Amino acid sequence: MNEATIEKATLEVPVEIPADAVNPVEPFLRMDRMPHIWCPGCGIGTTVNCFTRALLASKRNLDKVAIVSGIGCTGRVAGYARLDSFHTTHGRAIPFATGLKLANPELDVVVYSGDGDLFAIGGNHFIHAARRNMDLKVICVNNLTYAMTGGQTAPTTPGKVTSATAPYGVFEPAFNLVALAEAAGAAYVARWTTYHVKQLSRAMEEILGRKGFCFIEVLSPCPTLYQRRNKMGDGLDAMKYYKEASKIRHGARASECDLTRDGEIVVGKFVDRERPDYGELLRSQMTETLGDKYAEPEVSCCSEC
Amino acid sequence: MEDELASSIAIQGAVWGGAKAFTVTSGPGFSLMMEHIGYAAMTETPCVFVNVQRGGPSTGLPTLPAQADMMQAKWGSHGDYGVIALCPNSPQECFDLTVTGFNLAEEFRVPVMMMLDECVGHMTEKVVIPEAEKIEITPRRFTKLPPEEFRLFQPRADKVPDMVRAGDGYRFHVTGLTHDERGYPSMNVDTQDRSIRRLQEKLAPMADGRALCDTEHLEDAEVVVVSYGITSRVAQRALQLAREQGIRAGKFRIISAWPFPEQRFRELAGRVKAFVVPELNLGQMVLEVERAAQGRAAVIPLSHAGGGVHQPATILKAIVEAAR
Repeated sequence: MNEATIEKATLEVPVEIPADAVNPVEPFLRMDRMPHIWCPGCGIGTTVNCFTRALLASKRNLDKVAIVSGIGCTGRVAGYARLDSFHTTHGRAIPFATGLKLANPELDVVVYSGDGDLFAIGGNHFIHAARRNMDLKVICVNNLTYAMTGGQTAPTTPGKVTSATAPYGVFEPAFNLVALAEAAGAAYVARWTTYHVKQLSRAMEEILGRKGFCFIEVLSPCPTLYQRRNKMGDGLDAMKYYKEASKIRHGARASECDLTRDGEIVVGKFVDRERPDYGELLRSQMTETLGDKYAEPEVSCCSEC
Repeated sequence: MEDELASSIAIQGAVWGGAKAFTVTSGPGFSLMMEHIGYAAMTETPCVFVNVQRGGPSTGLPTLPAQADMMQAKWGSHGDYGVIALCPNSPQECFDLTVTGFNLAEEFRVPVMMMLDECVGHMTEKVVIPEAEKIEITPRRFTKLPPEEFRLFQPRADKVPDMVRAGDGYRFHVTGLTHDERGYPSMNVDTQDRSIRRLQEKLAPMADGRALCDTEHLEDAEVVVVSYGITSRVAQRALQLAREQGIRAGKFRIISAWPFPEQRFRELAGRVKAFVVPELNLGQMVLEVERAAQGRAAVIPLSHAGGGVHQPATILKAIVEAAR
């Protein structure tokens, strides 16, 4: 994206690209916190780059976009994003985001966290938020392991690999996140890898303007704690694998989206359906029961009120 | 919400979204909320937790009274931090003190615990709810500074920082990690020392002049019954009987249990003979009374494992013996 394109984007609050900016995504990041903590070859930075470009392309007022993370490597994303940002507790980004959204419905609330955070300790909150069709945008960077804590088996770790807690091989079946999200009721479900930067940016842009519970899984390399232990090469080798093994199949059945150690990776948009979201359901139920007596909850319009 | 972990953090999301919020639970649920009580303390998120105490540990005695979570309210989450805990003893106080609890949460930016017990929680009594405009509400103290000058955890002179709300253009960062005044994570001994000490120091007024209590006959008392919640209502009868026998018995009902009102107890310890401390636990707040008394008055615990309440006669007997 060049500067001319950036100027064309009409944001409610214009984003100024500093003259000495090395990269046009700088205004979206807390540059005073650089360098970040992620390892060379890690894919989380790539996803953040896609996210900043999606924010720019979506023309959202960035003062009204909040980002909530849990704990882990991806949990650090909130701390680097120059938005109202919350680094919460392990597994609880989604319930925090639920409270934030209900108290301040004008916010676009993005949950940005990892697979261990969202699907092990936080799995219960994920399925309930999807069931309610809570108006949240959930981006899960899936590196198939607990990276920050040393490469332990996660609920997403595929069979036949070794991990810090499975030195003789993982034998537990892994979650298929696409199938889980669809079954729980998500309005939008997609999967991409960090090789698919254009598609990922577009998917992120798409959900920023879309109502309901939206979920994007991003398969992302962890050279330090997943690949090295399994002799799977470095970050570049992961890119080659993603390039060769990925099959774009929009609308594929969720049951076809299982991930294995080195097999096919089905990517694309699998679910995009209309369901009334939590706010609409609340309003319609209250209006039906209480009629004219129902008053919308008071929401102060700003901190001056 | 789906569980206590969710409700105890959803309220904090709501607070940063500009709302006032609270959650309600009993025993096991309170245990589940502990991590987020620490998060609220660390991120200085004003919110209210109501715990209607039952007998424990574990599932314990559902729907039967105890007061055995008092230490948990203070120490239950890991690390050093400060909280405020209030102990109502009637339905009217449940209303009034919850308002107070919300106000104190805003003033000090701490999680406030409403520590009821099953009896007070299930009690039916007349409650007068004032007209809305007659209720004193402490508004959230939002910063007046523009975003470029504002620092999220820069304390005012009272050691409490101003708040902001998500969506107002401040682009602030909140984390449960140790953070500097900007709110940025800081793995630094000096930052840890400065910020964690402040979490306790900002509550100093509540341990001293701002402590809430209900006292009777302290001016001439030689034996003081220290109680809170339902136990204070049982103790009231014992105090009356003791006075009728000519014993100079006084009442100290703790309303704000945390920070412990230690200044008041230090003063009293110098001039009374004994403190009698009935509690529906095996001895919790009595340890604080002992600490504050510093050996200058006898401290007599009257423990009860919960499931019921003390007999007034038991408390009376302890008063009589202490007065001898």
